[in-house]
Amino acid sequence: MRAFVTHSGIVAPLDCSNIDTDAIIPKQYLKSTCRSGFGVTLFDDWRYLEPGEPGQDHGQRKINPDFVLNQPPYDRATILLARDNFGCGSSREHAVWALTDFGFRAVIASGFADIFFNNSFKNSLLPIVLKEKYIDFLFQIVNDNPGYQLQIDLTQQRISGDDFEAIGFEVDKFSKHCLLNGLDDIGLTLEHSDSIRDYEGEHRRQAPWLFRA
Amino acid sequence: MCVYTRRYAAKQYYRGQTGRLANLSPVKVRKFGQIHSNKFELCDIWAYIPCPIQKQLVRDMSGKTLYDKIWDAHLVRTGEDGTALLYIDRHLVHEVTSPQAFAGLRMAGRQLWRADSILAVPDHNVPTTDRAAGIEDPVSREQVNVLDNNCDEFGITEFKMDDVRQGIVHVVGPEQGATLPGMVVVCGDSHTSTHGAFGALAFGIGTSEVEHVLATQCLIQKKSRNMRVVVDGRVKSGVTAKDIVLAIIGKIGTAGGAGYTIEFAGEAIRALSMEGRMTVCNMAIEAGARAGMVAVDDKTIEYVKGRPFSPSGETLGQAVAYWRTLYSDDDAIFDAEVILKAVDIKPQVTWGTSPEMTVAIDATVPDPADEMDEVKRNGMQKALDYMGLKPGIAIKDISVDRVFIGSCTNSRIEDLRAAAEVVKGRKVAAVVKQAMVVPGSGLVKKQAEQEGLSVIFQEAGFEWREPGCSMCLAMNADRLKAGERCASTSNRNFEGRQGQGGRTHLVSPALAAAAAIAGHFIDVAHLENL
Repeated sequence: MRAFVTHSGIVAPLDCSNIDTDAIIPKQYLKSTCRSGFGVTLFDDWRYLEPGEPGQDHGQRKINPDFVLNQPPYDRATILLARDNFGCGSSREHAVWALTDFGFRAVIASGFADIFFNNSFKNSLLPIVLKEKYIDFLFQIVNDNPGYQLQIDLTQQRISGDDFEAIGFEVDKFSKHCLLNGLDDIGLTLEHSDSIRDYEGEHRRQAPWLFRA
Repeated sequence: MCVYTRRYAAKQYYRGQTGRLANLSPVKVRKFGQIHSNKFELCDIWAYIPCPIQKQLVRDMSGKTLYDKIWDAHLVRTGEDGTALLYIDRHLVHEVTSPQAFAGLRMAGRQLWRADSILAVPDHNVPTTDRAAGIEDPVSREQVNVLDNNCDEFGITEFKMDDVRQGIVHVVGPEQGATLPGMVVVCGDSHTSTHGAFGALAFGIGTSEVEHVLATQCLIQKKSRNMRVVVDGRVKSGVTAKDIVLAIIGKIGTAGGAGYTIEFAGEAIRALSMEGRMTVCNMAIEAGARAGMVAVDDKTIEYVKGRPFSPSGETLGQAVAYWRTLYSDDDAIFDAEVILKAVDIKPQVTWGTSPEMTVAIDATVPDPADEMDEVKRNGMQKALDYMGLKPGIAIKDISVDRVFIGSCTNSRIEDLRAAAEVVKGRKVAAVVKQAMVVPGSGLVKKQAEQEGLSVIFQEAGFEWREPGCSMCLAMNADRLKAGERCASTSNRNFEGRQGQGGRTHLVSPALAAAAAIAGHFIDVAHLENL
């Protein structure tokens, strides 16, 4: 996994709550068996004026000029700013793959859906939860200064910009450790293989009906 | 409807959503000091918040919730940083969220930990029309082939597309007895919460976590908080499990359960069949909770007995003895509690693009102007624009183009019986372009045919299809065209969910059937007057 230590980039404002993963990446693109190539269809229904299908040349489709990610400099944005319950709905990790494939490294919101939140950490996309007053503040500053850049420092757990003092954010220790070092958590879990086998043996004795083989 | 909350009320208040609280006033809150009594007392919502140490002390001395019990029984280890390694008993797999996980396993040269914990079934891409010709769309076909090949290679039990046991993974699991009380069940699918109906801890995971379970049989997890949603008393006749869960989501919102595992309790929940409980738990995710659950009782055990994956003989007795311990202790502490009066719940119809945007069948489309919160008001306006609706329109005056009865929420035999009862002897209205029934599995389909339900539907003008996810998310050929309006028994009314530009109204099977007959939304009780 790609490490995340610090990041500096343009913030794209997407001022709605409850942005669901169906909106982030519509179902027709979930037929792919790869982890890459989803960036061009990120927010597909909002980004293009005509329906899209997998395999077509998306460069030929008519884009929606009103959608924020079609408006320079937001087409180069790497930080997404949204409201509460971001990533709700379907568990599709393709939503995270689409965001990272587009170039996003972090999403800042007042709340995330649980599954999306977990999926983000597995793909080095940093989900940052801030209180609503800070989100309001960031929306204002970004709307007033198109192309506004933020600096994110994961080690210090803070966000900073040219016009304000740093805002701190929470991140759990384990996820932070994995992100800072770009660690694969399957490898970390397999270091505890003996504990898993011990547990499994005991579990089998206590609940034999859970094991068919 | 009366709502008692502790942490939740304060959270909402803090967010400034005073409009909602005002509607519910007086807000009744269980005082922290009275946690061991069952009395509820009116007090200031700020008064309840205990300091974390105080709370932990009381928690240590008190009983366990159902969630606590299953969590503790599956804890392999706790790391110094507080992360828990949780053992997974059942891993359900479908074709959409698993290919990259199997590929990852191969790329890293890792072994599959426990093949017998896995049950796989293709459901999202499968056609619901004649299967003999296979899947027409080459991309869909390839995805199903990849699942077949992965299962063959790793020795995983799979019900392939032509198997009568094939169906929607969340219908198939319980039907086969692959979902049992006390299990930890995961699947790369958010509606895995369905299986919590059996007193199991069941939640959806992403593809990276699917790979993690394939390789380690475990997941690294952070424990959720406990929420109990009590539906007190009995519902009125004509009110179904779907109406109950939509009413709950309407009350707590789509983010209301975020960070929680919800236990559904109360007389109205206990009165539900296992199918009804599955409907309720299925939509826990729509309230933001990864997992929903219901305590084990006689109904649970009766349902589970005698199914292909269920224990039998001596082991069954041993299992049942354990299953009977799967309830929340009387003195267990919940971080939040919401109480609804069952009698207040009416048949529900969603009007917007989020499942929380729901009203009673006899209500009107709400007016964003009445909403105090600006972000919410904008969200409501955006939803109305997308849905092509104006504030103040009576729900009953909204006509429908298509009707979809199916999905992991409402495609089980009881759902089909409820819909058939409404449809019997009637005809689908001429204005309805298409009405379709998609059974949840091949076995549900077979049973419905034996009971004569398929004939009732077909004589009324419904299409009787093969099992699969179908128009719930429109990954196969079943989808809405832009602007079409659908009465759907599925779980999500998101923009474009059933097809780009399609407009979804979530309803129960009975209400969907009634809408097909009337051509517009209508209370089943009023159908006679047509």
